[in-house]
Amino acid sequence: MTFDIITNNLPALTVIIPLIAGFLTPIIGWINRKLCWYHVMLTMFIVFLITASNLLTVINTGTIHYQFGGWAPPFGIEYVIDLLNGFVCIIIAFIGLMVSIYSKESIKKELPGKTIPYYSIYLLLVTGLMGMTITGDIFNFYVFLEISSLTAYALIAIGDRKDGIVASFNYLIMGTVAASFILLGIGYLYAVTGTLNMADMQNILPTIYDNKVVLAALAFFMAGFSIKVGLFPLHTWLPDAYTHAPSTSSALIAGLMTKVGAYAMIRFMFGVFTPAFVIDMTRMTEILTWAAALAIIVGSVLAIAQSDMKRMLAYSSVSQIGYILLGVGLANVIGMQGGLLHILNHAVMKSALFLVAGAIFYRTGIRNIHQFKGLGKRMPVTTTVFLIAGLSMIGVPGTVGFTSKWYLVLGSMEAGMWIFVLIILASSLLNLAYFWRVFDNIWFGHPHEVEKIKRDEAPLSMLIPMVILAGLCIFFGIFAYYPLHYILEPLSNMLLGIGVLP
Amino acid sequence: MVTDNIQSITPVLAVLVSAIASVLILAFGRYPNIREGWTFVAAFIKFGLVLSMLPLILAGKTITYTLVEILPNIPITFKVDAFGELFAITASFLWILTTAYSIGYMRSLKEHAQTRYYFCFAIALSSAIGIAYSANLVTLFLFYEMLTISTYPLVAHIETKEAIDAGRKYLVYLMGSGVALLFSTILVYYYTGTTDFAFSGIAGLALIPKATLAFLFVMFMIGCAKAGFMPLHSWLPAAMIAPTPVSALLHAVAVVTAGVFTAVRIILYIFGVELMKSSGLWLYMAYFVSITIILASIYALSQNNLKKRLAYSTVSQLSYIVLGALLITPHGITGGMLHMPYHAFMKITLFMCAGALIVTAKKENISEMNGIARQMPITMIAFTIGALGMIGMPPAGGYVTKWYLLLGAAELDQMILVGVLLISAVLNAAYFFPVVYIAFFKEPDHELKYNEAPMFMLVPIVITAIISISFGVWPDAPGFFYDIVSIAVANVTGGI
Repeated sequence: MTFDIITNNLPALTVIIPLIAGFLTPIIGWINRKLCWYHVMLTMFIVFLITASNLLTVINTGTIHYQFGGWAPPFGIEYVIDLLNGFVCIIIAFIGLMVSIYSKESIKKELPGKTIPYYSIYLLLVTGLMGMTITGDIFNFYVFLEISSLTAYALIAIGDRKDGIVASFNYLIMGTVAASFILLGIGYLYAVTGTLNMADMQNILPTIYDNKVVLAALAFFMAGFSIKVGLFPLHTWLPDAYTHAPSTSSALIAGLMTKVGAYAMIRFMFGVFTPAFVIDMTRMTEILTWAAALAIIVGSVLAIAQSDMKRMLAYSSVSQIGYILLGVGLANVIGMQGGLLHILNHAVMKSALFLVAGAIFYRTGIRNIHQFKGLGKRMPVTTTVFLIAGLSMIGVPGTVGFTSKWYLVLGSMEAGMWIFVLIILASSLLNLAYFWRVFDNIWFGHPHEVEKIKRDEAPLSMLIPMVILAGLCIFFGIFAYYPLHYILEPLSNMLLGIGVLP
Repeated sequence: MVTDNIQSITPVLAVLVSAIASVLILAFGRYPNIREGWTFVAAFIKFGLVLSMLPLILAGKTITYTLVEILPNIPITFKVDAFGELFAITASFLWILTTAYSIGYMRSLKEHAQTRYYFCFAIALSSAIGIAYSANLVTLFLFYEMLTISTYPLVAHIETKEAIDAGRKYLVYLMGSGVALLFSTILVYYYTGTTDFAFSGIAGLALIPKATLAFLFVMFMIGCAKAGFMPLHSWLPAAMIAPTPVSALLHAVAVVTAGVFTAVRIILYIFGVELMKSSGLWLYMAYFVSITIILASIYALSQNNLKKRLAYSTVSQLSYIVLGALLITPHGITGGMLHMPYHAFMKITLFMCAGALIVTAKKENISEMNGIARQMPITMIAFTIGALGMIGMPPAGGYVTKWYLLLGAAELDQMILVGVLLISAVLNAAYFFPVVYIAFFKEPDHELKYNEAPMFMLVPIVITAIISISFGVWPDAPGFFYDIVSIAVANVTGGI
């Protein structure tokens, strides 16, 4: 009986556990500050287990519908877990867990005395992201969007540096504009459909597609989410925010915030509106692919121009988010799989890279890549993680970058868009350019000074998550068959309205 | 011809053994003797594993093993056939010799970062054998990229500004061409749904429009920049900045050989003899590589640095191999395939001699080598043997392959190609004989005493020189390269 209560309410617990844990953090910190880390780690671990269980249930038995308080959908709030958000939830939980393990030493050094608020906000951010992902109610979505945005502003500004506050303020303004757009869109749709439930809305909308209000709502959503994901040319908040945030914040935010934004974009296009509307009637996906292609090139080129490691990684994110949206916008099963797969791949790679940047900063205080000389000898494990994640970004076969590249190129060919094939392939050379520069600085160019350098590796609590993430870069590069076969292929079919869920 | 297929994990082990050794090399980095010991152990085990598959191959069988399906429908599969075995034997045998040579060379010059050097060398060997045993384009691409990345630290080894620039050039050319190879691979998959190598080529390719087919072929050949076609060759002379054993690795053991291997694989096992013939692509490409054959030889004439001269010679000789595969007759293909191990053995002899000159006599430029043979007679005799092979004169093996190439070209009535081969032989003589002449007959500037390279370097030189002669004296020795090649030729031409 007791277990039933837990198992029946797992979807709700995904959000409620981090929420309650977030509010408990100050109390636990008041008892003993050191316990906070264990508390957050444990919470994230439990959340990870729950999301894993949810995903398995979805794979085995189909979509989960959970009604809050027993109120039936069009009136009550419903949580719906299908393959799409089951997949995104487990990524959120896993990256959240990894970053929480890593954060122990990093926070001690970068945010002395702010441990308790940091962890409290951290859990609330996870709550917001989980809620955005899991909910089937469009207004509930907006509430969680605001939770995640506000906590993200706080996490960026929490450091002592003035730059962080400016960057956060910049992000706040852009983010608020985005949120307003989204709220307007929600309001419009509510006005014409009279419902807030996504599935319900999707049933009603096709009858009123000729209504200009629906069209305006779609435009508002796309503009809002484009800001949220940092799609070029609406990316200007992103590099500053990622660069000036404390190390752990940037790893978490870079790994997750834009992915959830991309998820929301996909959900709204294919789960609120219908594929027919966004692909054929408005050609929104086509516009998206062009914007994404532009983002891929511009992001990479700007990344080459950077000498601050974190800023380089931030611009690289601008380019990588283009991969995801390009794949989705291609609107064929292969391309969609590539885009969705890249959500996982990019979360793993980019978190690993930001964690490495943080570890290097922790040990040496260096962020300029031209000062990385001799680092290969000083921090061999950290730099090896960087090598693996960097090669993944380039798309070397045997790493995750290759699998998404394969699908995106194949998807572009299938769509007959040869220019995108060229852009994706060219972008892997651009990635090579900006990553190899760092590799060269780490390992080459100073043969004799290196002899004297002593090993001075990051602490174990930082190394473990980095090594796990690097391992996943290779694991999913070799065993991509599993996520593709069990999740992404049926999911892509479902999103595009081809075939039904198994 | 019916070939039986055997499931066995041996090819995987042959690939992995040096990857495992690379970890041990890192672990024992502080103890040079143990570290190099691991390299030796791995080299012998690898050669043993490769050799253990030879009897089956000679019996006309193939060996396959599927490791993992990385993407739905895209497996990483190994398949040992006669052509792959040819490359694998060459690479794994020469690894043993280059290891010995490396120890002599690196220790004599007290080079830095030797652990990194042996580590990358071992990875490069895993990649080379991986390329040899790949059963499809995706597997091949995986190892092709691995080879590029693992050899970068070797090329940039000296870490001077010049070396790093050369390394960058190396990387840009080879990773850039890797992109073309990936593109063509995906394109083949897009059109035919498979990337598996087949003896008669992928059947589905015959159905695609001719213009697309030509485009695909061009992209593939750009993808094989490792084969050093002009105008995509300039990474190879630039990479001469690397230590000499690395040059040997680049020119004989792995890199360029992998490049021509890939090119031939694509020509014969993706496109197939029939399609090459019916589409007429063979002729265009044959003319194209002829330009490389002639032009590279002319470039070689003007080089004073011995290693650079050898590098241009390689560029020219590699195109012989590709030309052979393009001459879609059994004789032409025999010449091309046979030239792959022959060139490897002869060129490694030449490079190891050049390295011995650097270590012992401290001489890199041909103009400084007056009478050097009085100081290093064994080295220079070996050099002469290698040079004769390159020119195509007995006793070394070069004349055998040149004979087959000429036969192939003549059978196809391509007198222009016959002319190219003959002119190239004259040019080869024009840039190799002066070196031999200067070394043996010019009076030295000052008195030279007998002073040979260390035994670690001299023994490999002598071994490869002797093997090079054996190619010319007894080319059809049972179980030797000729037997393997004739099986491979029978495979692709349907046993005509």
